[in-house]
Amino acid sequence: MEWIYGWLLLSPALVLLIAFTHLPAINTLWGSFFSTPRGQRPAKFVGLGNYETLLADETFWQVFSNSFWYAVVTIPVSVALALLMAIWVDGKLAGRGFVRLAYFAPTVLPLIAVANIWMFFYTPGFGLIDQISGAFGFPSVNWLGDPDLALGAVIVVAIWKEAGFFMIFYLAALQSIPPQLREAAAIEGADRWTFFRRITFPLLMPTTLFVSVNAVINSFRLVDHIFVMTDGGPDNASSLLLFYIYEVAFKFWDTAYASTLTVVLLVLLSVLAVGQFFLLDKRVHYR
Amino acid sequence: MSAGVEIEVRDLRKAWGDSVAVDGIGFTAEAGAFTVLLGPSGCGKSTTLRMIAGLEEATSGAVLIGSQNVTRQPPNARGISMVFQSYALFPHLNVAENILFGLKVRRVPAAERAARLQRTAGLLGLDGLLDRRPSQISGGQQQRVALGRAIISEKPICLMDEPLSNLDAKLRHEMRVELKTLQQKLGITMVYVTHDQVEAIAMADRIVVMKGGQIEQSADPRTLYQRPASVFVARFIGTPPMNILELAVGPAGGMISGDPTPVLPRSVVDDRDGGFQLGIRPEDIEIGQPGGITGTVEQVEYLGADQLVDCRIADQRVLIRAANRQPVAVGQRVSLTWGRDSLHLFDKRSGARIPATDERPVQAAGRTFQTNAETGAAGP
Ligand SMILES: Nc1ncnc2c1ncn2[C@@H]1O[C@H](COP(=O)(O)OP(=O)(O)OP(=O)(O)O)[C@@H](O)[C@H]1O
Ligand SMILES: [Mg+2]
Repeated sequence: MEWIYGWLLLSPALVLLIAFTHLPAINTLWGSFFSTPRGQRPAKFVGLGNYETLLADETFWQVFSNSFWYAVVTIPVSVALALLMAIWVDGKLAGRGFVRLAYFAPTVLPLIAVANIWMFFYTPGFGLIDQISGAFGFPSVNWLGDPDLALGAVIVVAIWKEAGFFMIFYLAALQSIPPQLREAAAIEGADRWTFFRRITFPLLMPTTLFVSVNAVINSFRLVDHIFVMTDGGPDNASSLLLFYIYEVAFKFWDTAYASTLTVVLLVLLSVLAVGQFFLLDKRVHYR
Repeated sequence: MSAGVEIEVRDLRKAWGDSVAVDGIGFTAEAGAFTVLLGPSGCGKSTTLRMIAGLEEATSGAVLIGSQNVTRQPPNARGISMVFQSYALFPHLNVAENILFGLKVRRVPAAERAARLQRTAGLLGLDGLLDRRPSQISGGQQQRVALGRAIISEKPICLMDEPLSNLDAKLRHEMRVELKTLQQKLGITMVYVTHDQVEAIAMADRIVVMKGGQIEQSADPRTLYQRPASVFVARFIGTPPMNILELAVGPAGGMISGDPTPVLPRSVVDDRDGGFQLGIRPEDIEIGQPGGITGTVEQVEYLGADQLVDCRIADQRVLIRAANRQPVAVGQRVSLTWGRDSLHLFDKRSGARIPATDERPVQAAGRTFQTNAETGAAGP
């Protein structure tokens, strides 16, 4: 009898998970082996045909490389920045309540709103950055319109948005470290850097793991600002995997190819997450 | 091992805004001696210890270690080690790494580190636990690790803030003995904070009793027990605490308020404003000897070897710790007697001890302590 109750209690969550997560995922995988149905032509099985297309798709490779750089820069920079800000805010600084709020503010803003704020910073001619640099006699720069600069510009926005969020986790972890540890170390003659390296940083490892897994996922997930700021351009210079998937699926209506891209993204994310756990887990001390 | 070094605290004060935690105290912890800071919660013991350690900045006053003024020096320049109440072990390091932390920070060569670790671990019985994490050992073992971290540094001074309060009663007793033995063996100067008077009396060479940020009395345990400088010290030291009775002064001398029999001669109790209080320890009162003050038994608590007898003299309650040989019943009227030496006279208003002219010096093993000569001032 008990197992019936067990399943009954599980079923709401189970139904939702299966209907909205597992079935679509399997559907996507399945769809990636078929061609896109168009008008009179129904979908037909093409095997690995879509994947062959993908390998030959130059746009895909460009987007892939964009995503790679986007991740490689945003993850370490936002995590390191978060740690720095947390240590700074954790100290005995005057008005730290205000500083904490200031750092955390980007997190509560929707990314779309953030993007609009940054649009104002970046606008050539009368944007904030140009106004300031103009005052010093520097020429105007079209940050979002230059293929060499667009990706960097959206990376900065992502870091700005993420660091404050990760800071909160570091801050919580820092505050759970008993102050006596610092005092015990001070009596032994450990300076601030030694204490950070030998005590604080190792004790923050579980947080670092958690934060960096989230950073990896977010670096593929956060694309809202691309829609507002560059629309992937110029010439796909700032297009990321997820953004490209959206374009393929809902602009070009090539659902089969979009499924294929999605499968690639999913595989990539799982490999990264699993790898991260194995790599870092050994060095993490859980209390 | 390095022999102990003297610590002198001069007119030390610590205030946070308007709240004064330590209010101008001064005492000396002799080199190689075991000094205990004793007092109720919130009296400023920890704050004092932390100022000696350099973890808290003194508002005014000075800390001298080995006659050198270290008031503005950082903790690691003071030649001290410290054991915290919470042990403050590093949770991600194993026992050996915890103990060796300070030596590594100070770049002591590996060979010497290993030798010292072995010696310390042997001394504290930690040999089998060296590669466990703090979370994998018991509270008593964690305590030893904290102790190990302190003594491996071979500093001349060790400061401890209630290091035994997280242990159960039996372990606490064992560690008490061990700590004292270790301190004597190493010859270090120990300053030890506790609010437990039993612990203080058992271990200390000198006890500094604090109250409200000030020193109530600073003396060896025996003097503290036999000649408490104030009502506060009298009641703080000893279990059960000293009886404090109101004293009425008449032409015949001092009488327990409400009782007609004089207990102190007229010459001792002068006419002072505010009047007197009389202190008698429960263990100094005898029941059943003829010619005493009459009391009525109100309650008897059986303790095994002893019994606690709750009596009333006139309208004042007196607690007596008596041997069990003497059977007493509730409601019985008994004669209570005591030696003249066991009476303590206090000023009722200030609570300060009034030294009787006939008081003799306190005898301690091999040494003579001059009564009150080295006791701190009591009261305002
Ligand atoms: N950081 C602080 N800020 C403000 N007041 C403090 C601070 N630390 C201690 N105090 C106050 O100073 C007084 C003495 O504190 P302290 O910790 O020295 O007491 P203690 O004698 O060690 O008591 P306990 O036996 O409870 O540990 C207390 O009234 C406490 O509230
Ligand atoms: Mg304390």
